[in-house]
Amino acid sequence: MSILVTPQEETIVPEPAEVWFANPPLTETDTEAPAWYREMQEKSWARYHELPVPTRKNQDWRFADLKKIRFTDLAPADPATDPAALVARAMTGRPENFAAHFVFANNRLIYSETADLPAGAICLPLKEALATHGDLVRAHFLQEEKNLGGDKFAALHGAATLSGLFVHFPKGCVSEKPVLVHHFSGGEARAIFPHTLVVAEDHASVSIVDVFESIAPSEQTLNVGMVDLFADRGGKIQYVALQGLSDNGAKHVQIHSSRAGRDAAVKVAFLNLGAAWVRNESLSRMVDSGADCQIFSANLANGIQEYDQRTLQSHEAQHTTSDLFFKNALYHKSRTIFSGLIHVKPGAHHTDSFQTCRNLLGSEEAEANSMPGLEIDADQVKCSHGSTAGQISEEEIFYLRARGIPADDARKIISLGFLNESIAKLEGDELKEYLFSRVERKFAALDGRG
Amino acid sequence: MSQSLKIDNLHATVDGNEILKGLTLEIPKGQVHAIMGPNGSGKSTLAKVMAGHEDYVVTDGTVLLDDINLLELEIDERSRAGFFLAFQYPHEIPGVSNANFLRAARQARLPKGEEVDAVAFYKEMYLKMDELGMDRKFTGRSVNEGFSGGEKKRNEILQMMMLEPTYAVLDETDSGLDIDALRIVAAGVNAMRSPERGFLVITHYQRLLDYIVPDVVHVLHDGRIVKSGGKELALELEEKGYDWITEELLPA
Repeated sequence: MSILVTPQEETIVPEPAEVWFANPPLTETDTEAPAWYREMQEKSWARYHELPVPTRKNQDWRFADLKKIRFTDLAPADPATDPAALVARAMTGRPENFAAHFVFANNRLIYSETADLPAGAICLPLKEALATHGDLVRAHFLQEEKNLGGDKFAALHGAATLSGLFVHFPKGCVSEKPVLVHHFSGGEARAIFPHTLVVAEDHASVSIVDVFESIAPSEQTLNVGMVDLFADRGGKIQYVALQGLSDNGAKHVQIHSSRAGRDAAVKVAFLNLGAAWVRNESLSRMVDSGADCQIFSANLANGIQEYDQRTLQSHEAQHTTSDLFFKNALYHKSRTIFSGLIHVKPGAHHTDSFQTCRNLLGSEEAEANSMPGLEIDADQVKCSHGSTAGQISEEEIFYLRARGIPADDARKIISLGFLNESIAKLEGDELKEYLFSRVERKFAALDGRG
Repeated sequence: MSQSLKIDNLHATVDGNEILKGLTLEIPKGQVHAIMGPNGSGKSTLAKVMAGHEDYVVTDGTVLLDDINLLELEIDERSRAGFFLAFQYPHEIPGVSNANFLRAARQARLPKGEEVDAVAFYKEMYLKMDELGMDRKFTGRSVNEGFSGGEKKRNEILQMMMLEPTYAVLDETDSGLDIDALRIVAAGVNAMRSPERGFLVITHYQRLLDYIVPDVVHVLHDGRIVKSGGKELALELEEKGYDWITEELLPA
C-alpha cells in the first residue's frame, strides 16, 4: 500500500499595491511659492510614484520589519484644534536660554519667538523663507542626492514639505544659545513633512533642536522629515533631533545629511524615546580638509518599538575626522537596527574615523542588530569600528547596592548613565539637562509598566 | 543593646573553596581594629562577605551589626543599616556622575516622599571634597571612570564621609596611594573616628597604621584570626614578616 501525496497547488496571492498617498500631500495650495519650488514638488511627486516600495532584497532595508511601512490612504494632517495647549506644552521645561523658539503643529506654524537671535541671522519658517529669501533657500534646498535606502521617502518629502525651519547664519555670526523647534503631529492616517535646513557660513556657529511630539497619546501618524546641514569654512553646527512621539501608532522617518567644509565641525544627535517605528538615515560628508563630523544617538526602546538607523560617514578630502557613537537601551520585545558604513574615498589620506554602537539588553526578548562596515580607499588612515551587546554588569549593580541604592534603582541609574554617555558629548549644559530629563521621564514611565 | 560589629565563627566559600574557616572578631564602637595577613589569607574575602557579594557563600557563623544580623540583609539594606565597605578596586560606572550617584545613595536613606535638599547636599559635598583635596570637577565626572588609583580611593572615603556609617571596613585603602594621598585619606578617616563608630582597616602594610593608629591589630592566616595584639604587633610584623607566626602555630 502506498500513500500518494499530491502537493497542494500553490496559490499566489499578489501583494496589494501599496498606495501610501492617492494625491500629492500638499498642506495647502501655495500660490506664493516660487516657480522652481512648485516644479521641484511636481518632479518629486512623479519620482515618488516611480520608486518601488522597499523590499527585503534591498540591502538598505536588511533586518527591517517592512510591515511597518505598509501605509494606505494617508493624507496631510489637518490644522490642530487646540494650538494654544500645544504651545503651552512646548514651553514647559524648555531650556531657559534659547535664541529662538518655533512651534509647528500638523505642518503649520502656530508660534514663534525670536528675541535672542544674533544680528544677521535668518531664522524663518520654510514657507516664509521661500517668499523672502528664495534664492538662498534654492542654493541649498534638497541638494543631496544620495540616500541610504529612503529614496521613496525623500521623494515624498520633496513633493510635500512646506513646514519647518530655514536657518542661515552669515559669516562670523555666532549664537551659543540653541534655536528650538517643536513639531507636533496628530490625526488618523495623517502625515507631516517637517524640513530643517541649516547653513553656517564661514566661522558662524549655530545650534538647533528639533522636538517631535504627538498631539494626543495615541496618534496614527507618519512623519517624513529631512534635515540638511551645511557648514562652510570654520563653521560650526550642532543639531539635535529629540523624538518623543506616541509609541502607539506614530511612525517617524528622518533623513539627514551634513556637509562639512574646510575646518568645519558638525555635531548631530538623534534621541529616540517614542514612536512605534523610526527610520533614521544619516549621511555625514567631510568634503574639505579639517572637516569633522560627530554623530551621536541615544535610544530607549521598549514594548514592540523598532528603531532602524542607517549611517554613512563619507570622507572625501584629506585630513578629515569623524566619530559616530550610538547607544541603544532595549526593553521588552523592542528591536534596533544599526547599519553604519565608514567610507574613506580615494585621496582622503590622513583620515581618522571611528564608529561605535553599544547595546544594553534589558530583556531576553529584545533584539539589537548591528552591521558596522568599513571601506577604505586611501592611505595613512586611522579607522575603527565596534559594536557590543550585553546586559548591565552585575559588578556595577553590586557597587551601587553596596552604597544603599536598591537593586531596581541601581539598574535604572546605570541604564540612564549608559544613554547619558551619548548626550554628554553635546554642547550646552542646559540643553543636555533638558534632553536627559526626557530620557529620565521615559524611564519613569517604564517603571510604571513593570 | 550591644554596641559592636561582631563576627562569630564565620565560614565562607568561593567557587566551592573554603576561604574563611571560623573567623571570630569583635570591634566595639569607638575603636579601630586592623587586620593584617599574607596574600590569600582571606582579608578581601572577609570584606566582600560582609558587603554581601553574591560570589561568596556563607556556610556558617554570624555577623552582628549591633543587634542586627547583617547576613540576613540584602546588599543595599546592609549599607542603609550603617555598614560601609571602602572597596579595594572601586568599580567604574560610565555616564553616572559622582554627584548623582552620591545623591541617589543619600536619597535611598530618606523616607518615601522626601527629597534630598540639593543646595545643602552640594554644600556638604564640596566641603568634604575640600577636606580630601578633591577638585570640584569630580562631581560632574562619571563615577571612578578615568580616575587614577589614588583618586578612586579618595572617592571611596568621600562616599564614607557622605554616608556616615556606624561601622566601616577599609579594604586595602592604602594600596596605590603615594604618601601625600595616604596622609589625606588617613586624615579623612581620623576625622570620622568617634565613640559612635567602629572601623576595621584591612591592610598589607604597617605604613597605613602610622597614620590611622589602631587600637587592636589582628593577624589573619588561612581564614582565621591567629593572633591579636596592640599597635606594636604591626611593627613586629613589618620587621619579621609572617613566618614566625605560622611557625608558632605549628604543633610542637
